[in-house]
Amino acid sequence: MAPYGATPTCTSGKVHMADAGISAPQTQDAAIGQTGPAEFGAPRKYTTESILGIVVLGLAVAWIIWSFVSGPTLFLQVLTIGLSNGALYALIALGYTMVYGIIELINFAHGDLFMLGSVMGAIFLEQWVGELKSSAVAWLWLALTILFAMASCALINVVIERLAYRRLRNAPKLAPLITAVGMSFILQNIGIKLNGSAPHSRSSVLPKTSFAIGSVDVRIKYVVVVAITVPLLLLMTWIVQKTRVGKAMRATAQDRDASLLMGINVDRVISYTFALGGALAGAAGVLFVQVNEQTRYDAGFRLGLIAFTAAVLGGVGNLLGAVVGGVLIGVIQSLNDGAPHFFGQKWTQTVMFSILIVMVIFRPGGIFGAHQQEKV
Amino acid sequence: MSHEILMLLRFGAIAGVFFVLFKFGPKTGAQGRVAKVIMAIAAVAAIACVPSLASTSAGALPLGTVVLCSVYALFALGLNIVVGFAGLLDLGYVAFFLFGAYTAAFLMSDFGYQVSARQGSSKHQFSFDIHFFTAALDTIKGVHISFWLVIIAAALVAAFAGLLIGAPTLRLKSDYLALVTLGFGEILPEVFRNSDNVYGFNLTNGTKGIGPVDQISMGYLHNLPKLPIVGKIPQTITSADNHTKFYVIVAICAVFVYASLKLRDGRLGRAWMAIREDELAASLMGVPLMRTKLWSYAVGAVAGGVGGAFYATIVGTVNVDSFTFAFSIIVLCAVILGGMGNVWGAIAGGVVITWFDYTGLTFLGGKVNQGLGTHINLKDYEFGLFGLVLVVMMLFRPQGLIPATRSKQVKRADMKTANDGDEDLIGFGSDPRVVEEDRLGYGMEVGVDHE
Repeated sequence: MAPYGATPTCTSGKVHMADAGISAPQTQDAAIGQTGPAEFGAPRKYTTESILGIVVLGLAVAWIIWSFVSGPTLFLQVLTIGLSNGALYALIALGYTMVYGIIELINFAHGDLFMLGSVMGAIFLEQWVGELKSSAVAWLWLALTILFAMASCALINVVIERLAYRRLRNAPKLAPLITAVGMSFILQNIGIKLNGSAPHSRSSVLPKTSFAIGSVDVRIKYVVVVAITVPLLLLMTWIVQKTRVGKAMRATAQDRDASLLMGINVDRVISYTFALGGALAGAAGVLFVQVNEQTRYDAGFRLGLIAFTAAVLGGVGNLLGAVVGGVLIGVIQSLNDGAPHFFGQKWTQTVMFSILIVMVIFRPGGIFGAHQQEKV
Repeated sequence: MSHEILMLLRFGAIAGVFFVLFKFGPKTGAQGRVAKVIMAIAAVAAIACVPSLASTSAGALPLGTVVLCSVYALFALGLNIVVGFAGLLDLGYVAFFLFGAYTAAFLMSDFGYQVSARQGSSKHQFSFDIHFFTAALDTIKGVHISFWLVIIAAALVAAFAGLLIGAPTLRLKSDYLALVTLGFGEILPEVFRNSDNVYGFNLTNGTKGIGPVDQISMGYLHNLPKLPIVGKIPQTITSADNHTKFYVIVAICAVFVYASLKLRDGRLGRAWMAIREDELAASLMGVPLMRTKLWSYAVGAVAGGVGGAFYATIVGTVNVDSFTFAFSIIVLCAVILGGMGNVWGAIAGGVVITWFDYTGLTFLGGKVNQGLGTHINLKDYEFGLFGLVLVVMMLFRPQGLIPATRSKQVKRADMKTANDGDEDLIGFGSDPRVVEEDRLGYGMEVGVDHE
């Protein structure tokens, strides 16, 4: 697709959007200048970089064990929160990764779409339906709310793609990127109009009770989030892997021009990808409100960036990677916020973005991806 | 009323002279030199008129806003070097603003003395009490250094920060670069917010901010005789004295305009534009990519740092809450609205966007509501409007309101043929033919053999 395209990486068995179409953030002039040809085909060596990486990873693991030993109960309790948050991040990260896989655009507006999903879902459930308390009927309404938020976010995402990104599909890369940033601000403004500029507290219809496994209290709401997220992820995998349109999506991600020649309606496939990503963001939005019991217009910006970090962690373009990265990031964040011997909530952003920066610089292919280099 | 009309006429006449000469005047030879001198005088005179014009504008153009407009024009000039010249999307420009502002806060306030005074333990006490060509009184403890030295310090600090942030990130592809710079822009405020207790030391005063920042001392300029239009220059610029602040920031801007133009046409600037248009081709031509990109970061950062230091003296208190992502976007908006790569466009964009931000939206909203009897608060739609500016400009006029000369030359370049690759960041600047040749050269998309 790109004139100086990425070398194909064959990772069979993993859920990949496409193999060649996904370019990880490669370091460019390394290949141009010194190292390129010499390393081609050579067996992997332990560089200073990789040794440093292993040391850092080892330290992190030691740190986590230290934290666990200091307070096992608290640690495990925080872990349950982390898993549930991670499931939500996975849903959002998938939207980033799918869009990047297919049109190589970092969709900055995606986080704000998630925010709109949370606000619209909360308005639907509280103001239109009026369900504020936990009951069997309320859970049915919650299911409907999720569907509503999924549908509307899918629609919004498709409209954004149709109005803004499609015209710029062949434009230089800076143009769609700036457009996406602009879209993010427009969505935030809509969020301000719907939600107000201050955080708005919402009521959750999920039960507030918890059950105990050993000495660890597990809140029901976290279990519900995971229980809703996992089928969604499976459904998504099924769509991408088994259906006709999923095949078309993978083909488009691999080579748009060739797909066009094969008779695939590329525009429609891209719209479909945006719809799928939007739907997942909508579902994540509703679940987020149910867990955190508040909506705020700037939630999308921060959470979107964290979810993008998750996508980078798993390798952008890699669907399974996004899920694993999401869960990992969720766990890391919760540990940082709550577990003993970590930095605490006031350093959350620093920790998250440091991971993002370190990953992008040192391991741009993600934890699964091989370190790719762009060949001329 | 007649006074206002007189003011307007005077400004209009001077600006008219400038414009006519700029557009139709002789460009070369002895005549061209004379025209340039007249234009320079006209420009100075027009700028000198602005404060008096602002004071008669009946709320449409308060002088405070004019000063802020000029500060943002300076920021836009700086970002224009990074985004416009070198084609590197930097979404964390706020980092340099922050460094500049905090440099001023550390070097121009009593905080240096407070650091130690606030600490409980008597073991580690550091108190700084330095006065150097400053407007601050000797009785006020702390570090007080002349503003004119502080902007140099701020420039150095920001440039160094630019190198530090740039060194690991500039190898990345454009979209990842954007994201990583954004990450830095988010991390830094948090670091400054949380650094009020670093092993017992209060380094940044946390969310309370540092202040009051000293006023600007004008030094020997005070001894000048009373100038026409400008008037007598005061010894120190008091917080209400927007007149003198305006002249100071315009002078700083002028230095940057000159530097930008010189750099653009020089070796470095041409290397930036080569990288912007085709990184691979540029590197094959022998342009050292990393060094050239780092320079663009450092030079762009200098404007951010100096602007930040000046901003600190205007607002008086440096508070970490003012360093948000929205700032980076507003400056980016200014550059894109004005025209990426065009120095005058960046200034115009900065002035227009800032005017809308601080005065225009409220002012126009008031007029609209008065006229139509509605109750719309345009200020509520600020975010959306800025977003809309970005989207609409990218969709319909990517070259900006005042396109750079180069992009004018290739205005008709078909975006579709221009590029579908990675490195050509600003399509309007690229010549489609060059890219075609590239493709042929790499044997990538050769469909038809013309021979």
